[in-house]
Amino acid sequence: MGVPILKQGEYLVVAIQDELTDTGWHDLRTDLVARAGKYRSRGVLIDVSAMEVMDSFATRMLDGIARMLRFRGAETVVAGMQPEVAFAMAQLGLRLPNTGTALDMDDGFIELQRRTRPVTHVR
Amino acid sequence: MCVEATIPIRHDSDVLSARKAARALATRLRFSSTDLALIATAISEIARNILVYAKSGEMTFEAVEDHARRGIVVIAKDNGPGIADIAQAMQDGYTSGQGLGLGLPGARRLMDEFSIESKAGHGTTIVMKKWTR
Repeated sequence: MGVPILKQGEYLVVAIQDELTDTGWHDLRTDLVARAGKYRSRGVLIDVSAMEVMDSFATRMLDGIARMLRFRGAETVVAGMQPEVAFAMAQLGLRLPNTGTALDMDDGFIELQRRTRPVTHVR
Repeated sequence: MCVEATIPIRHDSDVLSARKAARALATRLRFSSTDLALIATAISEIARNILVYAKSGEMTFEAVEDHARRGIVVIAKDNGPGIADIAQAMQDGYTSGQGLGLGLPGARRLMDEFSIESKAGHGTTIVMKKWTR
């Protein structure tokens, strides 16, 4: 069962569940990078509010996805991280250098808009 | 001291099972939500280390009591290649694999007590404890 990816205008929206296996992460990465190209997405908003643990593997996957998406012209914002998760990640020394972060989904969309200036297509 | 749960670690889904079992026990012991996240994250790191370096092993979770303190003990055992240089493996950022090198030192920071026993060729045993505040 894959993670549902929703298209919202020029953005993609994904909500990650807590129980995502390693295989699930790899599938999500493949799907997102393909879908972002197919829909010419400018940004991807990832809701992590359901995640109760972000270990070094999950963090590395998330940041890697953001780096791949940026190579394809899309920015990534991670939204809704629980305070306990943020605390544990900071203690562990984890970083998300390639994603933006936002407190919730509303702020996430604002942060995505800030990061993705409109493109004027010249024909 | 009673054994509450032993989870074999063989597949990536076992990392989730280990986290779940530990969280259930820690919740019963009335750990705070922050401590629950710290414990679950430490267990996740150690379970992944077992998969990556030893391929398989097991994790046991126990409740302990000591001078009116309650706590959780996590014992992670594997029969993998072992760690030749423990001091080096405990350094932030050192990895002999593909990871970030934060697993062992990170887990030590997240828990209250951490001990590791390993000999090259004889597997690794890690014992970690966290006390309720």
